[in-house]
Amino acid sequence: MFEYARAAVEGALAAGATYADARVVISKEESMEVLNQAVESVGSSESAGIGVRALIGSSWGFFATPSITNAAARVAGERASEIARASAMVPGEPIALADVPVVQASWETPHDEDPFAVPLGDKVDMLIRVSKTMQDVAGIALARAGLAFYDTNKWFVSSQGSEIHQHIVESGGGYDATAIGEQETQRRSYPQSFGQYATGGYEMVRLWDYEGNAQRVAEEAVQLLAADVMEERETALILEGSQLALQIHESVGHAIELDRILGWEAAFAGTSHLELEKLRTHRYGSELMNITADATLPGALGSFGYDDEGTPAQRVDIVKNGTWVGVLSGRDSAARAGLPPGGMVRADGYSRLPMVRMTNVGLLPGEGTLDDIIADTDDGVYMATNRSWSIDDKRLNFQFGTEIAWEIKKGKRGRMLKNPTYTGITPVFWGTLDRLAGGEEWVHWGTPNCGKGQPMQVGHTGHSASPARFSNVRVGVRA
Amino acid sequence: MTHRHDMLEKVLDRVGNGVEAEIRLVTGVESLTRFANSFIHQNVSEEISLMSLRVALDGRVASASGTVTDEETLERLVATAIDAAQRQPIDPEWPGVKNPAITPAIEHWDAETAQAAPEDRARKVKEFVDAGPSMKAAGYCSTSAAEVFFVNTNGHFAAGRATTAILDGIHQTGHSAGSGHQTSRDLAGIDAMAVGALAAQRAVDSVDTYDVKPGDYEVVLSQECVATIAIFLGAYGFNAKVYNEGMSFVELGTQQFDEAFTMADDALDDRGLEVPFDVEGTSRRRVDLVTGGVTRGLTYDRRTAAKAGLESTGNAVPGGDGFGPMATQVFIDQGERTVDEMIADVERGLYVATFNYCRVLDPKSLAVTGLTRNGTFMIENGKISGAVNGLRFTQSFVDALGPERILGLGNDARWADSEFGPALMHAPSMHLASWHFTGGTDG
Repeated sequence: MFEYARAAVEGALAAGATYADARVVISKEESMEVLNQAVESVGSSESAGIGVRALIGSSWGFFATPSITNAAARVAGERASEIARASAMVPGEPIALADVPVVQASWETPHDEDPFAVPLGDKVDMLIRVSKTMQDVAGIALARAGLAFYDTNKWFVSSQGSEIHQHIVESGGGYDATAIGEQETQRRSYPQSFGQYATGGYEMVRLWDYEGNAQRVAEEAVQLLAADVMEERETALILEGSQLALQIHESVGHAIELDRILGWEAAFAGTSHLELEKLRTHRYGSELMNITADATLPGALGSFGYDDEGTPAQRVDIVKNGTWVGVLSGRDSAARAGLPPGGMVRADGYSRLPMVRMTNVGLLPGEGTLDDIIADTDDGVYMATNRSWSIDDKRLNFQFGTEIAWEIKKGKRGRMLKNPTYTGITPVFWGTLDRLAGGEEWVHWGTPNCGKGQPMQVGHTGHSASPARFSNVRVGVRA
Repeated sequence: MTHRHDMLEKVLDRVGNGVEAEIRLVTGVESLTRFANSFIHQNVSEEISLMSLRVALDGRVASASGTVTDEETLERLVATAIDAAQRQPIDPEWPGVKNPAITPAIEHWDAETAQAAPEDRARKVKEFVDAGPSMKAAGYCSTSAAEVFFVNTNGHFAAGRATTAILDGIHQTGHSAGSGHQTSRDLAGIDAMAVGALAAQRAVDSVDTYDVKPGDYEVVLSQECVATIAIFLGAYGFNAKVYNEGMSFVELGTQQFDEAFTMADDALDDRGLEVPFDVEGTSRRRVDLVTGGVTRGLTYDRRTAAKAGLESTGNAVPGGDGFGPMATQVFIDQGERTVDEMIADVERGLYVATFNYCRVLDPKSLAVTGLTRNGTFMIENGKISGAVNGLRFTQSFVDALGPERILGLGNDARWADSEFGPALMHAPSMHLASWHFTGGTDG
């Protein structure tokens, strides 16, 4: 496949590009959904094509075609350069690229069990059993379960001489039970909302005890209908790991994207409250806050060998002892900011322009356990599993809802509470982080549905987190 | 068309006897010219050739899709789908594939837009950028052209094509931003200078902002805000799958909304932007969702329609097995008021240009939280008195449009951007009695 990528790059250079790279990407996906013990959908999709990126002056030109032939690849390269040249009608400062090593390499996701080789019937049967267990709980109206698997091969060639093949395997899924009451619905999910996804094979599904948690999840959904509504107040907030992972994703991960900071995403995704001149001095949170972007974590959803610009995967400090010290970057954004390239540029398939994406942006663990934190909390709430999320275009003002909460009184878990929400301002909120559980409860949570860019791209990102406590948080905000 | 029709017939041949199948092929070009900091920085174009196949073997159903350029891929797709179907339990609610019928001969197509060059889009971007001198502009101009073909094993065939052009952007001062948007069937119909001028004016008017206290405010909402409300009503309410699951607020035949509110899905409308049939090959038709405030109808695909003993309304969408049938060409009846006239009726309230990051807190009550963005203005004594900082709201979208809650409808309906994207909702500005703001974006 390298020959087609080379042809695309040659076409772009011949048409005037000062730099070009191309990716041949062949990917397949298998997904299945079960609702109330009936198969709602079983589908497979495959995608194959070439995407070529050409740099001329201040703009990238990009062209993608599903035709994988030498002739089509060369034409695609030429078209990419033509498109880039048309951008000169509205010009800006020329784009420069930070240096990266030229490599010829291959990389594969470590995995034990090819998820596509596991019989489809076995996977569907397991989902039906999970759905049945949930539906057997009186009061459950909807018992939904699903799995999805991704297998991606990509061949990258740059005009600077890099040639890289990668084979990335991703697996995951989850389920939820919904109880419906008078003008309300209550839902519980497992392992988390949107499912839990990871790089790896079917072993990443087996890691979670799907069948062993179904009854509990369903019972909690029904119990929520009769639970008290969380009242609005300021209190200590303990977040379960997967909710904290989404908190990291939204209020840290997006805010540290260098393309946002530079204004390149201003119209759609937005910008950032962070200003580059405050890098290494801005107080992001408390001393307990240590965030890294680490694309080398085995099993985490945002792991790979090389990004889609051919930059090796790496671990970068983002927040150290509460101080902002790093960003997510690619070759163009790093050069513009005068920073080293972070190797964090990826594209959603062959037909999309690579852009800055989160890798695994995680909060390093502290000490102790969730039980220790609860035991050490006199008055507060414990919230688990995301239900809604909303944050402004600077990643400053957020409001999250979770599926469930419990009152914490004098170190013990008390009443179950429904419709929990909390809201805050990013640096204020992170400044109140005062307890952080240790490595035993540190999980590489995956976010399989991160939207960014125009045309829209869906990214797969990872966020390692253990439960944590924040003080004086406004909770219980409702319509 | 012959080549593509041949391709579909080849797939049907490979499916074999005793198998039900429906096949959809989408070909075309999608291009998008993106700008930020007042220059074009990303400029992309994509050739599309995507085939979707759904098969049923004695009620055992599976689907497959893929980029298709050769016969080998076609064969693999068919084999994958049939193999997967053979391993499924029987689906007792499989409605079968559609019987042959005539598809409306309606095209929302502009040949020049289909052939638009990157220079054509760049010219629109330049006009937008030039409308805000000394400001930073960001946004995109896109053109798309899609030809869609459908066949099934019952002998039904449908073909259609559609084009869309969009200009969407903001102008930014150092402290503020304003937005503008236009969607059209043809790129020539995009008035980039006017869109840019509106965005620039909103940005200039927002330079000096102040905080307002959270609480209930009378509001005048732009078309973009109304489009977001409407698409949430459609996805979480008028969707027959959601309704069947008991998750919808909809009570058919009930006055759930203000009598000024009328909303219908109608891809056959002259102003439409989509092909006249859905992913199951069913012809689109007008579906009255709300008439005079009374909830009248739901959107159906073949599965939900069969369950209800009705005909599909032609609202099946890609991925609809999970989401359900969706209204994607919605027209909300406009009124007779100008925005200035609606503002003149407000003693104290807010004008909102755009909602942002709206998420459902509870689907049944359709309680939603979100933020205002790119232009939020205080109205006092019938006039805009200043700009305010962005606000967070937490509001039931159903309650907001309830009886006696719509105080005015704009005479300015157009295709508007929404939380789910552009080219889906055709909406006017709207004056509402109350909107619940729960905090400022700065705390």
